[in-house]
Amino acid sequence: MYELDDVFPEIIPAPSLPQEPLPLSALAQYTYCPRRAALILLEGEWEDNEFTLRGTRAHENVDIPQGLLREGVWVERSLPLWSERLGLTGRADVVEFVEGVPYPVEYKVGRRWPRELARKAAEVQLCAQALCLEEMFGQSVMEGALFSKSSQRRRVVQFTPELRATTLATISALRKLLQQEHLPPPAADERCKHCSLLGVCMPEVPQALQAWQARQTS
Amino acid sequence: MNSEVLNTLYIQTQGVYLRLEGDTLRIEHEDVTLRNVPLHHLGGLALFGNVLVSPYLLHRCAQDGLEVAWFSESGRFQGRLAGPVAGNVLLRQAQYRALDNPSSSLYLAQRFVEGKLKNARLVLQRAVRERGETEALALALYEHEAALRQLPQARSLDEVRGLEGNAASAYFAAFGDLLLSGEFRFDGRNKRPPRDPVNALLSFVYALLTTQCTAALEGVGLDPQAGFLHALRPGRHALALDLMEEFRAWWADRLTLSLLNRKQLTLEHFETRPGGAVLLNEEGRKVVIVAFQTRRLETVQHPLFKEPVPVGLLPHIQARLLARYLRGDLPQYLPFVGR
Repeated sequence: MYELDDVFPEIIPAPSLPQEPLPLSALAQYTYCPRRAALILLEGEWEDNEFTLRGTRAHENVDIPQGLLREGVWVERSLPLWSERLGLTGRADVVEFVEGVPYPVEYKVGRRWPRELARKAAEVQLCAQALCLEEMFGQSVMEGALFSKSSQRRRVVQFTPELRATTLATISALRKLLQQEHLPPPAADERCKHCSLLGVCMPEVPQALQAWQARQTS
Repeated sequence: MNSEVLNTLYIQTQGVYLRLEGDTLRIEHEDVTLRNVPLHHLGGLALFGNVLVSPYLLHRCAQDGLEVAWFSESGRFQGRLAGPVAGNVLLRQAQYRALDNPSSSLYLAQRFVEGKLKNARLVLQRAVRERGETEALALALYEHEAALRQLPQARSLDEVRGLEGNAASAYFAAFGDLLLSGEFRFDGRNKRPPRDPVNALLSFVYALLTTQCTAALEGVGLDPQAGFLHALRPGRHALALDLMEEFRAWWADRLTLSLLNRKQLTLEHFETRPGGAVLLNEEGRKVVIVAFQTRRLETVQHPLFKEPVPVGLLPHIQARLLARYLRGDLPQYLPFVGR
């Protein structure tokens, strides 16, 4: 009789006032391309493409049953995470508890291009999850993993002091971005080929406009 | 239950058929005529859920510039009839002008906060009457009185937000004293995610109320994103949040308290995740939605109308009053204050 879907508003990007918690996923977006993060958070743009849809599917079928997986490992899926200290909020795909120690696992469709940058983005997001888990459980979290859906492989990520520093820097950069009114310039490189926001971003336009103006005045 | 508010006909009875009979709108249910309403009495139709409208009536509404808006049964905005006369452009223009004008923005922000403070004060006063004064309740009441005194003198939005913030923190510091059942505790508001059952429940009820306020604004043709008190952000329904301030304590918080104090909800209706996030489970959500819908159908006295009006229509009434104020038809906007 009462449709639950009906009473919830459509999913929209999290409100992003400077003092409000940042969505964990935005850290990965920002690392990949600051303009992409700004389009999502400042302009409210979201377009799906083949890759994002696959990503959504991969998250839907995080196909590990909740609960006791093997000796001593408790698995929680879609676990709400937050950090009061850093102003973060979001969810972890999977958190395994190995003898009580949380171990975040993030699911990725894999083979985003350029691979180096996509990997860095995923690592920053995973590290931010670890920072949340440390605050929530009062324990240090030294390791997590990225699971590639396509290769069905896990890659262990160590939360080194360097990665932690990068993650903290990304958090403040993202916060700064949300305070400014203007979008960062487009990347206009190989990243754009696989970006679902290509159509709204129009990375080639600023340069093309300059070239056009130059032609008019010459 | 059908009623006319400010010449808008709200139809909430399921299975009703509306058709045009000359210059009259005829309301039928299972081939029985319930009522005839002359069209010239009407400014608009608001249709909830399964309400059928004949094409000829729709044509006529479009021609005459009668606003027709559709909502789901639970009150979520679905769509609006767009006829050849688009009167909304003037309303939206007025809304954006008011948004650009610091004095009208400040005025509206003050009114929304005034509504919030007065209704919160009612909740606190009732608790004192029923259960005696605690230190936190006394302090919260004092803060509300002080904020209400200072509100008219506020010179900027930041000042208004500051007064609202002070009162709200005193309110939530006292909110735990309003809980009768020993099963639940409340040590302050938290969200994203909520970390105890009372906060989980408050977040859920606020979400229900937000959709009601968004729907009401959409229904009269206001932009729910263009708010005065709340800062603008894409995807954020700032005006709906503004409008909601009037209803938070009086509607959402009181519903929350009665669900807990009458033990309609118990700890079994909540789920705690490792790390401390707390959510209502499906059974719990059902209980809340049923209670919320029941409350929508109860009638109350609105200070500006003789006839009692259903609680569910209050956001619609306030949205229409706001639209009238923005268009210069009313000299003031009066927030809803219960009793």
